[in-house]
Amino acid sequence: MSMEKTEQLLVTTSPHLHDRMTTSRIMWTVTLCLLPAGIWGIYVFGIYSLAVLASSIGASLATEFVITKLQGQDTLYDGSAFLTGLLIGYNMPPSIPLYIPVIGSIFAIAVVKHTFGGLGSNWMNPALAGRVFVMFSWTGPMTTWLVPRTRGIADAVTGASPLGFLKTGLMTFSGKVSGPLDFMARKGYPFTSSDLKVTEWLNEHVLSLWGGHMQNGYVDLFLGNIPGSIGEVSALLLLLGAVYLFAKKIITWEIPVSYLGSFGFLVWMLGGLRYGAGLFHGDVLFHLLSGGLILGAFYMATDMVTSPLTGKGQIIYGIGIGFFTYLIRFFGAFPEGVSLSIILMNIVVPMINRYAQPVLFGRVREARK
Amino acid sequence: MKELKTFPKGGVHPRDHKELTNSIPIRNAPVPSVAVIAMGQHLGSPAKCLVEKGDTVTEGMLIGESSGFISANVHSSIPGKVSKIDRVFLPNGLNSEAIFVELEGEFERSGKEVTRTEWREKTPQELLEMVKEKGIVGMGGATFPTHVKYTVKKGMRVEYFVVNGVECEPYLTADHRLMLEKTDEILEGIEIIRKILNPEKIMIGIEINKPDAIEIMERRIGERGLDFHVIPLKMKYPQGDEKQLLKALTGREVPSGGLPLDIGAVVSNVGTVFSIYEAVVHGKPLIERIVTVTGGAINHPANLKVRIGTRIGDLIDECGGFKETPLKIIAGGPMMGFAQVNLDSPVTKGVSGIIALPREEVKIPRKTPCIQCGKCIRVCPMGLSPTRLYKWIDHQHYEEAVKEGLMDCKECGCCGYVCPAGIPLVQGMRVGKYYARKKKV
Repeated sequence: MSMEKTEQLLVTTSPHLHDRMTTSRIMWTVTLCLLPAGIWGIYVFGIYSLAVLASSIGASLATEFVITKLQGQDTLYDGSAFLTGLLIGYNMPPSIPLYIPVIGSIFAIAVVKHTFGGLGSNWMNPALAGRVFVMFSWTGPMTTWLVPRTRGIADAVTGASPLGFLKTGLMTFSGKVSGPLDFMARKGYPFTSSDLKVTEWLNEHVLSLWGGHMQNGYVDLFLGNIPGSIGEVSALLLLLGAVYLFAKKIITWEIPVSYLGSFGFLVWMLGGLRYGAGLFHGDVLFHLLSGGLILGAFYMATDMVTSPLTGKGQIIYGIGIGFFTYLIRFFGAFPEGVSLSIILMNIVVPMINRYAQPVLFGRVREARK
Repeated sequence: MKELKTFPKGGVHPRDHKELTNSIPIRNAPVPSVAVIAMGQHLGSPAKCLVEKGDTVTEGMLIGESSGFISANVHSSIPGKVSKIDRVFLPNGLNSEAIFVELEGEFERSGKEVTRTEWREKTPQELLEMVKEKGIVGMGGATFPTHVKYTVKKGMRVEYFVVNGVECEPYLTADHRLMLEKTDEILEGIEIIRKILNPEKIMIGIEINKPDAIEIMERRIGERGLDFHVIPLKMKYPQGDEKQLLKALTGREVPSGGLPLDIGAVVSNVGTVFSIYEAVVHGKPLIERIVTVTGGAINHPANLKVRIGTRIGDLIDECGGFKETPLKIIAGGPMMGFAQVNLDSPVTKGVSGIIALPREEVKIPRKTPCIQCGKCIRVCPMGLSPTRLYKWIDHQHYEEAVKEGLMDCKECGCCGYVCPAGIPLVQGMRVGKYYARKKKV
């Protein structure tokens, strides 16, 4: 080939190599990792859930489109608005009237994201803020749950989520049980037959080896056979997606571990008190698997824009979220605390960023020998 | 196998592409018909030109004289006639006075029998003088005059002398090949340096993607009965930076704004060590260097021994030209090298590679808003927060940026490599440093 064809040379500054991970690739990868849990939600709660997801995503994209059009930009395909819409849909009860997710999405994109300057500039997680906004506005529909079809009920029937059931049940409770699942079993909260079978098998063949015994209910929680928001119920599928995000280094260990760790520790230490089980007898596993904790810890608290920049800061942030989640779940008026806790900690992120900066290389003068 | 050493904080792992050239022996590039020899091809003040148009020069003749404390001699790489003296653009984008030597006459050194100097009888001061006289500079890319580096201030002692065989930049294999083919020369070069610096311990750091180099170095050290330590290192960019290398090998951090000597260490690249061997043992000035010519757009990638002043385009011709239209041509490594405007710049003492990349090997980042992912902070080996610095600089708050460590940035490119938003962070740092120096904050 001709030697001197160099008029087309690209001249840029170093580095000349770039990692393949771009903002939009990050957004779409997170979306992909979330999909299995959403498909499960649609399967167990019925096709109407798909309409809920479609309306939240549609409203989110439409709002993004209008606003960026007015600003003369084009960020519709970077995946961030799609992801916000998807997360809002995942946080909706399956039987919600469609205008609620639509309003949640519009609020998230128009108010929370774009009034602060759009992608990267919003200091609060748009999906969570949108969810909290409609939660306080339409508390009734936002706390009405469907019973999954895997429970063998043909028609859509409403039922209490495990956390909601506990919240109301514990109001009048005094006495002594071993923990939340024991309490639920005594109050007649139904478990699926698959849960009963798997638990029995595990108790007989696995746990008996160590002399352990597992209560009924964990399997339902883990697989997602419980009433709850569309995308949050299947801990299993959410964790599978999270494994991929770890592998791709889109999320790092700091936030999930410090969040789940601090929350788990508080539950373990103090969570048993209300059931009369005493200190250090809280049911950590139950609380980790119920509500939106897995979804929150791996997919929402880890939102890059609204979490601290450094590992150090992220640990402080995670511990803070864990603390607030514990407070709200055990003492608040709402059974769930994940969304509010994350939003509360979003507020202090700029301060965390200021104080949790990395240690500069070579700033500690080494002792000369 | 015991755990391999590396530096603890930051760093990235780009694909190294070294398989293109790491098994190809070094061969001589053709002698250029015109050598363009720049006076400012080292760090510090440019050399003072000693010749005029029409003068006849011989191979290895001193044509540029060191002009200050931090400066270096420059020699003619070919015999010939000075056809003109003009300003040219060097591969690093800087403009320098250069002497154009048109090939003519006879080679005094090349093809002749080499003489051997009995350097062991010389004093350290005499050896250092030879290093200075022969225009030796750091061959890793920074081109810092070596005699300045080896001048140890009174009261300071050299504990470690470290030979840098890391070659962490992707694509480049010049140092790798040199270690394989000139092992004994390099080891003798180290002995010369040992005499100059009198260090307590000598270490040779090599990344484990060069197992053959580690093996042959260790074997020859054993056979020669030397007490040099070859330290295999985990692969991580930018381990070849002397600060990271010293951290990996000694656990000590060069203080901010300081030199390796502040922690009792001196680091030299294997290429530099080899040049010192040639300068001291054979009396040969620095007129040649090894250049890796590679990249997906090159027909036959190779490691070439090149005379300083050879046009970049001639090296590409020597490698069979382009097999595809290149989109980018880089002088140096892809992480810290310089994109070329054309093929006319001459090879200088600091050019370790010429990389021609076709369209599909170049990713053109599109700048989008920062999403605060913090990746740049995680990979910065200097513990800086590039995203914060970039914002300070963008808002022209240079004092704040300097306060947060801007001047420690050595533009290794890790932040720019990982940034998912395609923000030109390294360029931002350069702009910031430029204005900070200008405003003296």
